[in-house]
Amino acid sequence: MTRKQKRLLFIGGIGAVLMAAVLLVMTALRDEIVFFYTPSDILVDGKASAGQRIRLGGLVKEQSIVKDGENITFVVTDTDKEIPVSYSGILPDLFREGQGVVAEGVVGPGGSFVADTVLAKHDENYMPKEVADALKEKGVWQEGADTVRK
Amino acid sequence: MTVELGHFALVLALALSLVQSIIPVYGARRGDVRLMATVNHTSLAIFFMLVVSFASLTHAYVTSDFSVANVYENSHTLKPLLYKYTGVWGNHEGSMLLWVLILGFFAALVSVFGRNLPPQLKANVLGVQAWVLTAFLLFILLTSNPFLRLQEVPFEGRDLNPILQDVGLAIHPPMLYLGYVGFSVTFSFAVAAMLSGRIDAAWARWVRPWALVAWVFLTAGIAMGSYWAYYELGWGGWWFWDPVENASFIPWLSGTALLHSALVMEKRDALKIWTILLALITFSMSLLGTFLVRSGVLTSVHAFATDPARGIFILAILTLFIGGSLFLFALRAPGLKSGNLFAPVSREGALVFNNLFLTTAAATVLVGTLWPLVLEAWDGSKISVGAPFFNLTFGPLMIPLLIAIPLGPLLSWKRGDLMGVLQRLYFVAGTALLVSIIVLAYNDGGPILASLGFGLAAWVILGALAEIWTRSGLPGVSPSVALARLSGMPRSVWGTAAGHLGLGLTLLGIVSVSTFQQEVIRQVRPGDGLQIAGYNLVFEGVTPNKGSNYVEDVVSFIVTGNNVREHRLQPTKRVYTTRRMPTTEAAIETYWFSQLYVSLGEVEKDGSVTARIWWKPLVTLIWLGALIMVFGGVVSLSDRRLRVGAPKPSRSKITTAPANA
Repeated sequence: MTRKQKRLLFIGGIGAVLMAAVLLVMTALRDEIVFFYTPSDILVDGKASAGQRIRLGGLVKEQSIVKDGENITFVVTDTDKEIPVSYSGILPDLFREGQGVVAEGVVGPGGSFVADTVLAKHDENYMPKEVADALKEKGVWQEGADTVRK
Repeated sequence: MTVELGHFALVLALALSLVQSIIPVYGARRGDVRLMATVNHTSLAIFFMLVVSFASLTHAYVTSDFSVANVYENSHTLKPLLYKYTGVWGNHEGSMLLWVLILGFFAALVSVFGRNLPPQLKANVLGVQAWVLTAFLLFILLTSNPFLRLQEVPFEGRDLNPILQDVGLAIHPPMLYLGYVGFSVTFSFAVAAMLSGRIDAAWARWVRPWALVAWVFLTAGIAMGSYWAYYELGWGGWWFWDPVENASFIPWLSGTALLHSALVMEKRDALKIWTILLALITFSMSLLGTFLVRSGVLTSVHAFATDPARGIFILAILTLFIGGSLFLFALRAPGLKSGNLFAPVSREGALVFNNLFLTTAAATVLVGTLWPLVLEAWDGSKISVGAPFFNLTFGPLMIPLLIAIPLGPLLSWKRGDLMGVLQRLYFVAGTALLVSIIVLAYNDGGPILASLGFGLAAWVILGALAEIWTRSGLPGVSPSVALARLSGMPRSVWGTAAGHLGLGLTLLGIVSVSTFQQEVIRQVRPGDGLQIAGYNLVFEGVTPNKGSNYVEDVVSFIVTGNNVREHRLQPTKRVYTTRRMPTTEAAIETYWFSQLYVSLGEVEKDGSVTARIWWKPLVTLIWLGALIMVFGGVVSLSDRRLRVGAPKPSRSKITTAPANA
């Protein structure tokens, strides 16, 4: 091979790998990302359709947790709209009524939600950022307050 | 008083750092030996000041001096002593202080071990190191001062976040920072080389030990963090593609690429421009990681506190250093002579292949990590990018790389013989194929990807061993000759083999857990039994217990089956009294390389408990593999060929220090 051919081979090979990587990334960014919605986003704005995988964020409604062994249901509210969530498994240690929560799972028909992952905050000073932002939008956020008062 | 001393020492360190930023670099331009020599004193003096500063904060923690805001926020008199020490960096301010302490430590190391460096290069390297140090000292003093006092001294502190009250905090952050910050040295070398315009094979020989040191610590730090998250968070996962994990993984990927490309530069005087660029990119990614973790733009376990001023400050540092160094690179790169030629199939070719895939993979991880920020800034929509994204992008890019790993070290420099190499590996390839088929049969036609994964792991593991085997000349020579050959082999060959072997073992652990893991979630009452993977767990009951700064419910299971001795597994639910924060301490039992992992849901008033139990086959290989990689790095470091200017070959002296003097 001449020097020029070698160089072409090199650049061609590198280009092919990079193209493949870009294609993979673009496909994955279209199909494999999970959007974060509040109950209002789903019920009022209709942003998520049934069967779609999303992250649902809001507050755990007071008195809404029902446990039957490892099967748990609770209600996520953004103080305006609310969505019932069913979940099977272990809840995080800091999962509490009136506190921020993010549930990842699939939207069911008729405004229900089946979660396979439930995330709560990591310590008591901390609210999931998405939830905090969503509550600020709703105007019910109080700076420095641990829970949101209606 | 000691606190003010620490604060004062930090300001002094800043002043000295400013001096070191200017004088030696100016001296290097003027060719003034005396000005250049000042680095030897200033870098040690800065390090001393940083040690004083760090020690004084530690003193405040150990003596529970709650007049210091930082101690009040993160400590408690009843906190166990170990966590009073480690709690120093279990918060934003303290961890930044550790960051600069390590930065100063590396500068001092360069000053001590770099005696044989050309004075001009050394002055420039330490000058650049001081630029970074100055920026971060300013950051600490202006936005994150750990030495601030409170007006009224509280009686008791607020205690450390319970998740951080673990021996993991003693190891993970220092290791990780030694890795992150270690790459500042290669960065400084790269910038210094561009300032002086001398970039050659000798440069690579000086830089490689530092890259190796940083890589060793970063590998250990990431592995430790992974194991810590695995046992502490109680989710049974060992990697979450959490943005902060990614922030440490990206520099690891580009740092690994750097190790390999510096090899080409050192041995063949090729890939010079690329190696310099990688050195810049790797530390830039470390800085980006620091920004992502410390600015609070991301939600994470690691985000201690959010303060926009800090975020903007670090962003400014980031822009300055990344932008500045890339600008310098753009000025200098065209002037560099391209290096020696090599055939596509050659050792160099294999290392270029390695670099191509590692850096592309690093780029995909970077895109996945930053995409949520980009999209939110773009149209306000909030997304999370998790495992599915990375499985689809990072995963496929790793496959060609893993296939190539056993081939690379067997190819010769300049022009390799692929058929010859394949002939030497036919046994390895056959065994890997057999492993794939066995797994496929055993898994009853389960996912084909899983069986391919096992085959790939076998290929990498046996391939690493095959290199040693081939070099020994067995079975063609007598065992004594083979032994003599092996003992005469350079340590770096052993290091490479160990590194690749470790990677294969990690891969084996990963595929094994993702294919054959079993999980049971059930609510149990005292006397109830659970079966998993041939083990029998009987729930005994719950007993209360009291620790120094927490109370806990100890949940007991008796484990029998699989011919193991009957024993207890006792996960607990703790509540830390000061913060009223509950945590779960999972119970883990290791059988050979596999683990039984018991985590808990809430303990109900009627004495029933929701238990979540995993069987994790070969899971420990994930971290043992990483340890073997680290071991490989240490062995490579001890190679005398890395000690430039060593006058006589001496096999008796083994040092693991980055002795490139």
